[in-house]
Amino acid sequence: MAKPKVALYWAASCGGCEIAVVDIEAHILDVAAAFDIVFWPCIMDFKVKDVEAIEDGGILITLFNGAIRNSEHEHMAKLMRRKSKVLVAFGSCAHEGCIPGLANLTTKEAIFKTVYRDTASTDNPNGVVPLTKCEMPEGVLELPEFYRSVHPLDHIVDVDYYIPGCPPQSNQIWGVLEYLIQGNPLPEKGTVLGAGHKTCCDECPRIRKEKKIKTFHRPHEIIPDPETCLLDQGILCMGPATRDGCGAKCVKVGVPCRGCYGVPPGSKDMGMKMISALSSVIDSEEPEEIDRIIGQIADPVGTMYRFNLASSILFRAQDDMRR
Amino acid sequence: MKRYTIDPVTRLEGHGKIEIFVNDDGEVANAYMQIPELRGFEQFCVGRPVEEMPRITTRLCGVCPEAHHMAAAKACDAVYHVEIPSAAKKLRELLYSYFYIADHTVHFYALGGPDFVCGPDAPAAERNILGVVAKVGLDAGKQVIACRARCQEMIEKLGGKKIHQVTSLPGGVSVGLKPEEQARAIEIAKANVEFAKFTLKVLEDIVLKNKAYVDLILGDVYNHKTYYMGLVDANNKVNFYDGKVRVVDPDGAEHCKYSPNEYRNFIAERVEPWTYLKFPYLKKVGWKGFVDGKDSGVYCATPQSRLNAADGMATPLAQAEYERMFETLTGDKSGKKPIHARLATHWARVIELAYAAEHSLELAQDPEITSDKIRTIPTAKPDEGIGIVEAPRGTLTHHYCTDEKGILTKVNLIVGTTNNYAPIAMSVKKAAQGLIKKGTKVTDAILNMVEMAFRLYDPCFGCATHTLPGQMPLIVTIRDNEGNIKQQFRRD
Repeated sequence: MAKPKVALYWAASCGGCEIAVVDIEAHILDVAAAFDIVFWPCIMDFKVKDVEAIEDGGILITLFNGAIRNSEHEHMAKLMRRKSKVLVAFGSCAHEGCIPGLANLTTKEAIFKTVYRDTASTDNPNGVVPLTKCEMPEGVLELPEFYRSVHPLDHIVDVDYYIPGCPPQSNQIWGVLEYLIQGNPLPEKGTVLGAGHKTCCDECPRIRKEKKIKTFHRPHEIIPDPETCLLDQGILCMGPATRDGCGAKCVKVGVPCRGCYGVPPGSKDMGMKMISALSSVIDSEEPEEIDRIIGQIADPVGTMYRFNLASSILFRAQDDMRR
Repeated sequence: MKRYTIDPVTRLEGHGKIEIFVNDDGEVANAYMQIPELRGFEQFCVGRPVEEMPRITTRLCGVCPEAHHMAAAKACDAVYHVEIPSAAKKLRELLYSYFYIADHTVHFYALGGPDFVCGPDAPAAERNILGVVAKVGLDAGKQVIACRARCQEMIEKLGGKKIHQVTSLPGGVSVGLKPEEQARAIEIAKANVEFAKFTLKVLEDIVLKNKAYVDLILGDVYNHKTYYMGLVDANNKVNFYDGKVRVVDPDGAEHCKYSPNEYRNFIAERVEPWTYLKFPYLKKVGWKGFVDGKDSGVYCATPQSRLNAADGMATPLAQAEYERMFETLTGDKSGKKPIHARLATHWARVIELAYAAEHSLELAQDPEITSDKIRTIPTAKPDEGIGIVEAPRGTLTHHYCTDEKGILTKVNLIVGTTNNYAPIAMSVKKAAQGLIKKGTKVTDAILNMVEMAFRLYDPCFGCATHTLPGQMPLIVTIRDNEGNIKQQFRRD
C-alpha cells in the first residue's frame, strides 16, 4: 500500500520552523519511513508543478508555516488547501501572525516609505519603489503584490489544526508526528496540537505569591530574583495569557514570557486576557495611582500582542480612519 | 529575446528567482536575480521598547537568529551607553562561537561541500550530503550530526532557546555559566577543535590535492574583482563579535576602516524597481551598476572577504591555514592579497570554522567565564546606537534611534546576505554568460555550474538549505516571446 503523502510549506516566515522540524533529529527517518514527503522546499525538490499534478485532497497532511504577507503566499495557501485533506497552521506565523503581524500596527505605504526612502543608509533621490510589473529593456519582470495587512493562515483558507510556538519546540513536533504515525484517530477539527491546555505559568518553576504590583520594571532595569515569579517582581511577563507547552524556557533563563505559544484555551485575544490578569494585581484603589502604575508599561500593544495581533480582535490599526 | 526562468525555491525568505534573457544571437543579454519578499521590520519595530529588539529581530532569520540577537544587543548597549561586564561579553562571544561552528559545518558538508567533495559534474543524485558521506565515510556523517547537536546544546544553555535566543539585553546577559557547567563547555569546545582539524584534512585530501578542482577555483567563470569587507580586531585579525569594519580595494589596499557609529559615511543602499531587496555599496566609490573593479562601489562580505580584509587570524591553527590558503591560491609566499576567486570562499569558511573552534576553547577555559558579574544596569539616557557583528553571511548592522524612554523612533538594518546581493547578481550573470552560448544544450551540469555561482555565497534566502541534503533543485523554463514554454529542464 502506498504511504500517505505529507507536505511542508513556508510562506512569510523566518525559516526557524523548518529548523525546528530538523531538530527532531533521527526521528526524521521515522517520518520518512511512515510518510511519502511530497513537498518540502527547504529540504527537497521544488515541485509546485508536481503538487498541482496531485489530485485534490491527495495529500493527507500539510504542515504550513509562515503568515500571508503577499499574493504569492495566498496563492500557495489556496493550492495547499485544495490538495490536502488536513491542513495544519504550523508555528506562530501561520497560527496567529507572529512578530511579522506587528506590521498591522502600521501601513503598507509607511513600510515602503521607511524601507525605500527614509532609512539612514538608503540613497534613493528618485523615489524608486519595487513594482509588481517592471518594464526592463529585455522584458517585463514581475513581483508578488505586497498586501495591506499580515494574515494568519485561517484568514485565507479553512484550517484543520494548529501547532503553536515560535518556533514549535521539537519535542512537541515529534509528539504530534508520532501520534499520527501510530495511526491514532484525528482529533476534533480546530484543535491546538503540540501544546498544553493551561497557561505558561502552570509549567513555570518560579514561586508565585499573592501579587501586588505598585511598579512595573522593564527587563533591563532590574536584576530579578532567580526563584520568584517575574510578574510578582513587577516585570511584565505574558505567562498568564499564554498557552503552555514550550517548557517555560524564557522564564527559566531570567527573561519574561512574550507569548509565542499563543492564546490559552478559552481565550481569543491575548491582550484582553493579560489586561484581565493585570487588573486583579495592581495594588491600588486610587484612579490616579492606577493610571501611574499602568503608564509604566512600555508599549502595551506591541508587548501584549507581540505574537497574536493579526489573529486578535484588534487585527490591525485603523489606518483609513487615521488618514 | 528568449527568456530563462530559474526558480530555486529553497530560499529562506521563500521565493527568489533568476530571469535570464538571451538575445537572438544566443548570447545572454542580461540576468536578474529577484527577491520577491519584504516584511518591513524597519518600520514595524518603531514604537517598540529598544530592549526587546534582541528578541524581536531574531525573527528576521530562524537559521541565524544568533547574529541578529548579538547585533541587536550591541546596538542596545550603545543606545544606553552602557559598558557590559567583561564576563558578559565573553559569554555572548562563547555562544556566538558555538553558533559559527554549527553554521559553517553544515554549510561545508551539506550545501557547498558536495560540489567539491563529490564533484561539480557528479550525478545529481550523489551531489548532496549523502554523497559526501559516501566519499568521506559514514563516521564523518555522524561527526557532522554530533557537532551540530553539541553546539545546539550550548546555544540553548547560554541563549535560553536553540532557535530565537532571549538572554542578551542592554547591559549584559540574563544567565551565566555555572562553575559545574564549565567542564561540559570545555569538552564540547575541544571536540569542536578536533572536528575542525578533521574538516581541514577532508578539504586537503579531497579538494586541494585534486588539480582539476584547484583549476576550477582559479578559473575565470567564478572570478570577480571587487572590494572586500570584514570586521577586524585591534590587530587587524578576523573577529566575529567586535571591532572595526575594514574594507580593502580590489588591489588589497585599505579603502576604509570604520567604527559602527561611522557606517553611514561609508555605506549606502540603492533601490531597484524589480526587486524588494536593496543593494548596498561603498558610498565614497559610488554606485556604477553591476560591474567589477576599483571604480565600482560593489563590495563583498563573505568568509573569503573577511580573510581578504584582515591581516590574519587570532588563533594558531586558523592562522597557519590562512597563510597556506593565500600562498596556494596566489602562488606568492609574501602573503599577497586579495583572492578574487569566489570559490575559495569554501576554503575560507573552513578556516573560520577552525578559528571559531579555537576561540570557543579559549573562552570556555577562561576562569572569568563562570563569573556571576554579567549585568550592568543602564543608567544613562537612551538615544542612538549602532551594533555590528559578522554574521556568517556578511557584516550585519543594526542601527536604532530612541526617545528618552528608550522607545524606538528609527530602525535601520543592513543584513548579512544583503551586502552580497549585487555580487551574487553579478556572479549569476557572469556564470550564465560564460556557460550559455548559442546552441548550448542546457544540461544538468550547466545548471549546477550556474547554481554554484550563488551557492558559494551561502545566501541567506537559501540558508535553511543548510540543514539536510544540500541539493538546490532548479527548474529552467525556456519561453518564446509570447511566453509559451518551449522547453523545460529540471535538475532535481
